Amino acid sequence: MTVNSSQGLASQKSAGRARLLSPAQRRQIRKFLLALAYLSPSLLIFLAFVFIPLVRSFILSTQLTDPLGRSVAFVGLTQYQRLWANPQFLNSLQRTLLFVIYTVPTTLVAALGLALLGNLRLRNISLFRMIFSLTIAVSAATASLIFLYLFHPALGMFNYLLSLLGLQSVPWLTDVRTALPSVALVTVWLQLGLNTVILLAGMQGIPEELYESAMIDGASGGAKFLHITLPLLSPTIFFLLVVDLLAAFQAFTQFHVLTKGGPINSTNVLVFSIYREFYFNGQYAYAAAQSIVLFAIMLIVTIVQFGVIERRVVYE
Amino acid sequence: MSTGISQNRTSQSRNQGTRRRWRPLLRDSLLYLLLTLVAVIVIFPLWSALTISLLDDQQVASYPPLLAPTSLQLTNFVRALEQAPLLRYLFNSIVQSSLVMLGQLVTASLAAYAFAFIDFKGRNVMFLVFLSTLMIPWEATIIPNYLTVRSLGWTDSYMGLTIPFVATAFGTFLLRQFFRTIPGELQDAATIDGCGSLRFLTAIVLPLARPALGTLAVYSFLQTYNQYLWPLLITNDQQMRTVQIGITLLQDEERFAFNTVMAGVVLVLLPTFILFIVGNRQLIRGLTAGAVKG
Repeated sequence: MTVNSSQGLASQKSAGRARLLSPAQRRQIRKFLLALAYLSPSLLIFLAFVFIPLVRSFILSTQLTDPLGRSVAFVGLTQYQRLWANPQFLNSLQRTLLFVIYTVPTTLVAALGLALLGNLRLRNISLFRMIFSLTIAVSAATASLIFLYLFHPALGMFNYLLSLLGLQSVPWLTDVRTALPSVALVTVWLQLGLNTVILLAGMQGIPEELYESAMIDGASGGAKFLHITLPLLSPTIFFLLVVDLLAAFQAFTQFHVLTKGGPINSTNVLVFSIYREFYFNGQYAYAAAQSIVLFAIMLIVTIVQFGVIERRVVYE
Repeated sequence: MSTGISQNRTSQSRNQGTRRRWRPLLRDSLLYLLLTLVAVIVIFPLWSALTISLLDDQQVASYPPLLAPTSLQLTNFVRALEQAPLLRYLFNSIVQSSLVMLGQLVTASLAAYAFAFIDFKGRNVMFLVFLSTLMIPWEATIIPNYLTVRSLGWTDSYMGLTIPFVATAFGTFLLRQFFRTIPGELQDAATIDGCGSLRFLTAIVLPLARPALGTLAVYSFLQTYNQYLWPLLITNDQQMRTVQIGITLLQDEERFAFNTVMAGVVLVLLPTFILFIVGNRQLIRGLTAGAVKG
């Protein structure tokens, strides 16, 4: 409907300017308006919920706000100065980076292992592939609830299994030292499915002849992995690195369900801190400043990745 | 180098007579053992959830914990459905996810059509505009979005749960990639037949793009169904809670033991597992097409 009417509008407009414009120019304007009509539903949503809010986030971070989120005064970069002076925010930053370091490499290596196993030429291998990719269908909330039980200090399965092996029980979510690694464990498990699936697809895209000629040359399994699989898989691994990094920086659900930022802020990552500051403490401007910092970090990470790492990636 | 390898091969073939029979068998058995071990580890949390959901109140509080259910009693499922408004939560989530899915299919089809079939000035700029939305984390805009939705009176409503998500750059790129495989002559022929651009899109392009549309449908449904932070912020009314929030509320209530919570978890996972089994191949093929090509 909208498309038809704006098409009509376009031809009317160009008819009015018929004498001034050449037929080629008229065609170009008509094409542009037609394209704009097709793009407009998406553009409107992006404008309303992505671009304008991003600008508003930045403006909000330069304000002083009342508990309802209304601006009271312009304070420039004061909120950012408050952030850098606040040990709790610096702690959040450190916790977020640690979480990224715990989760991203682990996920990639584990998924690479699963994908190599799933890529074996064996009967019924598709069943195993399906199991390895199963966590794609699991939400962060349900995964967290399941692990909440597994981590349970007294009745939980993990400590029971440790005791069967003759090992000491671990305080998991209740200790400052183990809480963040525990949440990371849930996250790795959760991300395994997607990572494995994409790596498997990448492996299946590697031409069979390469392995055959390597076999004729007498290459070992390890050599084939290092010299064929890994280089040809590097675009896929790079893609997953971007996806996993962004997901780790944005993780929230696991923290909300499992630890609520505790114990003693040891799992108070950046997104959780943003949520707590604006939703509970009504510190809208202060939280907005944190969200701009998050945006800046993610932007830098993405730019660094595309600028530095991608150059080392082998594309066919 | 080459002589070394050929020597190696002759010595190998000498032994092959005796090895040929048992060696592959042993190798395969060991690999299956490894595969099974890894599969058990990966699936263990889900198995535990299923086990606990089938335990009675005494069993769930006993130590050591049981590794498998002893009977197939569904009391916990009945309890989760009757004592908590789990069905209402499920209904809300399915409505939200379906609406977002439909909205994304429409907006992404339209936008992808413009990128794939209309040769307009500023196409690259528009493409960058779309691309940049992927670089802006939702969390960076969440406070203004929350304020907007609140001022529109959209909290506790399907509007607030769906409208912010009905456009997708990722989906647009996915469909555009697919649309570009449709030969341009088809468009020329359609234009000669007096077929308008919208007709061409709905009558020819979309039916051909069914696999890509399927991928996007499964993907956006899963994404929306599993949302957490946004519904947590904008729904307070129990009638409007989505299922991911609802299920964690179950955990917070003291009166529910782990077995009831896990029964709820199993129920919540059910729709996505069905979707995974039905749409798995479709989803993977579509998602990896872009990723693998880089």
